Amino acid sequence: MSNESFEPLLIAFCCQYCSYSAADLAGSMRLQYPTNVRIVRTPCTGRLEVEFFMKAFEKGADGILVAGCLEGGCHFTEGNLLAKGRVGYTQKFLSECGLEAQRIRMINISAAQARPLVDHINDMLATLKSIGPSPLKRVNQPKNAEMNV
Amino acid sequence: MIVAQRKSIPELIDILKGHKKILMLGCGTCVTVCLAGGEREVSINASALRIASRLKNLSFEVEELTIERQCDNIFIEKAAEAINRNDVVLSFGCGAGVQAIAERYNKPVYAGLDTEFIGILEERATWTEKCIACGKCVLHEYGGICPITRCAKHMLNGPCGGSREDRCEVRADRPCAWQLIYQRLKDIGELERLKTVKAPKNWNTSIHGGSRVIIREDHRI
Repeated sequence: MSNESFEPLLIAFCCQYCSYSAADLAGSMRLQYPTNVRIVRTPCTGRLEVEFFMKAFEKGADGILVAGCLEGGCHFTEGNLLAKGRVGYTQKFLSECGLEAQRIRMINISAAQARPLVDHINDMLATLKSIGPSPLKRVNQPKNAEMNV
Repeated sequence: MIVAQRKSIPELIDILKGHKKILMLGCGTCVTVCLAGGEREVSINASALRIASRLKNLSFEVEELTIERQCDNIFIEKAAEAINRNDVVLSFGCGAGVQAIAERYNKPVYAGLDTEFIGILEERATWTEKCIACGKCVLHEYGGICPITRCAKHMLNGPCGGSREDRCEVRADRPCAWQLIYQRLKDIGELERLKTVKAPKNWNTSIHGGSRVIIREDHRI
């Protein structure tokens, strides 16, 4: 698959107190973002475990965007800071496995920042297009591992 | 508790090369608390190993299981079926757990972690060594601070005189144990203890006297 025709599958874990509302606001503002992003609403990015990220990659996600509240603005005080550490830890694992660390990224967004959210999604998709599809989509895919989208 | 750290994925691949059906066996006790070998870490490492296997054509099939304690037969028995249906066990327990499994099953059992020390959770996500299990505890002499473990020179009659401010001269990121001992004994009014010169330690009670065994006759039937 050439990188021009490649449409990456991006999973965006969005905190319900900030970026999920920002995504909602983007809709109200008629801001458009590509359809190949799958938004997963989470109660707080601190709920996200490294396991979730690894499983998503295992099942064929090209990239993951973790969108939490602005630092200092987490509804649960430090959930977004925990998520930041876990994203860094996942990047280490990805590098050790042979996947690019840039396939996962943490951003901080407030509920009012619809435009920056769209920009971040577009930027992440551009990064994924430049590094190409996840090699896990091509090789030895176990029968039950394919992501249903 | 026993504190361990994970091995990297390339290290695990090197250890497991040539095997196919792998049981990644976690332990629910010490290594769970130190975030190295519990159910969650097993899940993360198993995913990582499966990803690496697919990318490098290693055809690993990784099964995950975590038992309450790997150093206790009652719990090990619960893993029997899973151990029997796999070719090899990658234990995410401490060194004792790995050996306990290896002694009971006639198949390769490998360590997935590096066992580091006996220590405590000092602060969030920071573990420090507190005991080397020397077999003859002298903590009462030193205000509850072990000079054998925490002084880089293991001095029983300190300080060495090399500390800078309150930092150890061998490891500047660690406090001088003798500074801590002096301060602690002063605080609890037992500075007098330092006036006695301590005799050289008998290391026969430690690992230097060979691997140790404790038998409690009163509990044997």
